[in-house]
Amino acid sequence: MSDFTMDRDASGVAVIKWDVPGKSMNVMSMRGLEELNSLIDEALADSGTIGIVITSGKGDFAGGMDLNVLAGLRREANEGSPKTLYDAFMRVHSILRKIERAGMKGESGEPGKPIAAAIPGTALGIGYEIPLACHRIICADSPKSRIGLPEIKVGLFPGAGGTTRLIRMFGLLGAAPYLLEGKTLDPVSAAKAGLVDQIVPGDVLLQSAKTWVIDTAGSGYSKPWDQKNFRLPGGSPYSREGFTVFTGGSAMVNGRTMGSLPGARALLSAIYEGAIVDFDTALSVEARWFTELIMKPSTEAMIRTLFINKRALEKGIRRPAGASSPAISKVGIAGAGMMGSGIALAAARAKFDVVLIDRSLEKANAGKARASNTLEGETRKGRLEASDADAISARISTGDDCSLLSECQLVIEAVFEDFAVKNGVHNDIENEIGSEAILATNTSTLPITELAGKVRHPENFIGMHFFSPVHRMPLLEVIRGRDTGDTAVAAALDFASRIRKTPIVVNDARFFYANRCIIPYLNEAIRMVREGIAPAMVETAAKIAGMPVGPLQVVDETSIKLAVDIAKMTKIAAGDSYAEHDVDDVIFILAERGRLGRTFGAGFYDYDSKRRRRGLWPGLRDLWPIRPNQPDLEEVKNRLLLVQALEASRAMQDGILSDVREGDVGAVLGWGFAPWSGGPFSWLDIIGAGNSVELANRFEIKHGPRFRPPELLADMANSGATFY
Amino acid sequence: MKKSFIFDAIRTPRGRGRNDGSLYEVGAARLSADLLNELKARNRLDPSEVEDVIWGNVTQVGEQGGCLARASALLSDLGETVPGLSINRFCASGLEAINLAANQIASGAGDCYIAGGVEMMSRVPMGSDGAAIAVDPSLAMERYFVPQGISADLIATMYGFSRRDCDAYAAESHRRASRAWSEGRFEDSVVAVRDRNGIEILGRDEAIRPETSEEALGELKPSFAVLGESMPGFDKVAMMKYPHVEKINHVHHAGNSSSIVDGAAAVLVGSGEFGERTGLKPRARIVATSKVGTEPTIMLTGPIPATKRALGKAGMDLGDIDLYEVNEAFASVVLRFVQEFEIEIEKMNVNGGAIAMGHPLGATGAMLLGTALDELERADKELALVTLCVAAGMGAATILERV
Repeated sequence: MSDFTMDRDASGVAVIKWDVPGKSMNVMSMRGLEELNSLIDEALADSGTIGIVITSGKGDFAGGMDLNVLAGLRREANEGSPKTLYDAFMRVHSILRKIERAGMKGESGEPGKPIAAAIPGTALGIGYEIPLACHRIICADSPKSRIGLPEIKVGLFPGAGGTTRLIRMFGLLGAAPYLLEGKTLDPVSAAKAGLVDQIVPGDVLLQSAKTWVIDTAGSGYSKPWDQKNFRLPGGSPYSREGFTVFTGGSAMVNGRTMGSLPGARALLSAIYEGAIVDFDTALSVEARWFTELIMKPSTEAMIRTLFINKRALEKGIRRPAGASSPAISKVGIAGAGMMGSGIALAAARAKFDVVLIDRSLEKANAGKARASNTLEGETRKGRLEASDADAISARISTGDDCSLLSECQLVIEAVFEDFAVKNGVHNDIENEIGSEAILATNTSTLPITELAGKVRHPENFIGMHFFSPVHRMPLLEVIRGRDTGDTAVAAALDFASRIRKTPIVVNDARFFYANRCIIPYLNEAIRMVREGIAPAMVETAAKIAGMPVGPLQVVDETSIKLAVDIAKMTKIAAGDSYAEHDVDDVIFILAERGRLGRTFGAGFYDYDSKRRRRGLWPGLRDLWPIRPNQPDLEEVKNRLLLVQALEASRAMQDGILSDVREGDVGAVLGWGFAPWSGGPFSWLDIIGAGNSVELANRFEIKHGPRFRPPELLADMANSGATFY
Repeated sequence: MKKSFIFDAIRTPRGRGRNDGSLYEVGAARLSADLLNELKARNRLDPSEVEDVIWGNVTQVGEQGGCLARASALLSDLGETVPGLSINRFCASGLEAINLAANQIASGAGDCYIAGGVEMMSRVPMGSDGAAIAVDPSLAMERYFVPQGISADLIATMYGFSRRDCDAYAAESHRRASRAWSEGRFEDSVVAVRDRNGIEILGRDEAIRPETSEEALGELKPSFAVLGESMPGFDKVAMMKYPHVEKINHVHHAGNSSSIVDGAAAVLVGSGEFGERTGLKPRARIVATSKVGTEPTIMLTGPIPATKRALGKAGMDLGDIDLYEVNEAFASVVLRFVQEFEIEIEKMNVNGGAIAMGHPLGATGAMLLGTALDELERADKELALVTLCVAAGMGAATILERV
């Protein structure tokens, strides 16, 4: 069985069809590439062939490189030498370069053979880099297809010539959105942007490509960079105009990623160094940087978490084996606040009929209005058709009575975080819904088992921790109470899949997994303020470590009021073992001064009347004077990351997590744990259990028992084990 | 070790470094050659005595490329037997040329050097020679490259110099420079630039504005706020290196930074034997020289360690120094120097500096040394220290003593 097949018709056009057997989407392997190479050789050698069309036998062209193949190549190189990896990438370059140069006239004047890419649907990664090496890219007009190079999103960059070619097509400034941000486009937008040459109706795609080949054959075709006097658009690095762009490029990428994305660094170097030399040398430069990037442990970790394991979780690896899930068509949401309306919107988008209720019809309607506003925003930005937005809105009905939920197979309660309130609502809901229906509670803190104690069918009761804002946050933390049954878990995971959230399943304990790790992290930052570490240092160090937002800003945004409430609850729960007095010193004082967070217009930061941050509150210095000797940046970074990773390890040790893959995916998607690292467990693997225990021991002496390494990690340090 | 002496130090006036500047029409080699000729004539110099022309120049492309030092020597009356060495230590190039010459003399490598430098900023724009440190991501990202203006603003922010402090200093520079000119303090050292017919093109520094006031400077817009805060956002890069800084205070503008000018300076450096042999009288001795590398993001703090290093080599301390010339690249650079060493402002840059008169990059170091020497003589003082901050995180200093 081959990935590629070739046919030649009477007009002399060879059609190479990419159709990987047994897969719904083409992905590239080294073997597949060699097959393509052989067919290209055959067509080029055949005097009866005037040109080639490369197309797909599937609805889409290709999803990209098989990242498992890349992981395999890396393993091989790890045992041998990076040269095997570099050689593999140079092999890819040589094959694509052969395609690219096939259009040119031969040395003795023989006509070139033009090669067109006929793309029926999505073409991503190497699935777009192969067309880029062709002489014409013709796409079917299918608005749902995506064209582009999203590699940077999993920490890579386009390493099959996409970097070198796109820079020569658009210059650094023009190519930046596609290379540095991984922006992908639908075919029509891609044509407008110059990423593809022609859009045709799907049914004439192949014929259009053939016609182009026939019309072009004989005249010869060469890429601009294969012509004399080629100049880089926007200027090469040391030209007058290029100088500014390239200098600015480093600053912008550095600032935006806070230096925490090795892939962006390597990409920019590959671009810069390649822009100075000729095309073929630039491909070699690209391969050298790509090799280095692939060899980095952080790259492996990032691909593993953000691609392989994220997808595996989305495909339901945690779904209980053999569990059946009730067919869900109608979903009830009780509580139309921010979370409830967000969940309602997500469900309506996934084509569920949604009943959104609250204590009054006004409140329910306000919740629906909030969802409609979000949709309107997307319509305004052109991301959504107005008719689709209307259809989504129309699926949400509102009301103030639990009896409206009677036909729902799944009801998600999203009311105020209070035991009594939630218990009451659960009771009202259970009075109306069928005995088979699943009842989920959206909570970020309250123990599920305890809530389940007050419901009639604890086996059908489950926790769903949505993250705010629901329409933007990709994670769903599913919490299994002591008595939660497999059916409920399966239903929650099926629902997550429908609303396109990545689920993790954790066991029940105070704060579950995400908040269990986030709270010590935020507390650590607050302790630092109390210690006299410059608040700006705390914020910047967190960002340089890879956190998307400074922790003090997070505290402000989730509100200091909430932090105070949680602290008070925790204090009661913990009794004598309560260890957060240092944190309370800070947040209680801020709260006393009315600095309760962003929505209150004051917190660690000052805000203007529109609630925009104006900078850290200068009064912090008076309350907690900045000490003259500031710690090293490394020390601050390590404290902020380690406090999270240790807590994640404790969650693993305590059985809250049952799989480190979930721990890593959950951390990166849930609260933005340093994506470059692949998550807390991957981070611990990268620095090594031994080193992390050593670091933890040092911090324990300096900062207290919260840094005591859990047994699990200490054992790993002794045995030299790794999480992966 | 032989002793090295300064026998003479001359300079051109500084012309505005734009196409409306008076020196815009003069080539870099021409300006240099005329100054070499003047030095030769004033000292009745036999070219066969000259071991080398060491010429500082920063933007070594176009007419300043291709070893401008040799080109200038060939264009002068020195003849073909005098070689030339172009050097680049950014803003300290002119001083470094003198230091190199002095140290070669000390080692016995030669007896007589012409050292100095030139920069025709109106003709060869600053930065047009490229710079890997700014453009190559391996350097720019790893080393947190920011332009000098951001570094100067960072110094102001970290060490507490306000916009008002910087403007006050700048106004003082103009006051001092115009006083120096009106009292004729530069007369013996400034050589008018003339055309080939002997017609004067420029006789005085033309960037000084005696009427400059702190209030007028207060009206100017900061020059580096946009680069820093929005496009492309260098402040963030600087704050990655200095994470305790929350916000950079953009205090510098065209009026409290060195102005862009054209100009050249030349210094005759020789050994004691050279003086005895030729009958030329040394004016000062080079006591010590230094150069240092410092953190490149804040970039402009080099004068402090360079000063300490030069004092250490000379076995002196600050109390020994009668006079300081600290290059006024940016007001905050000088204010930081004053702050660190608690210098009496009356001892420093007494005849103004680059904020008023301009900073022709490759020449400034040699100009500062000449200015210090003139002032030692005028005020009848003994010891002066000259220092400059240098791009990419360097610094250089020279201590000279009247003889």
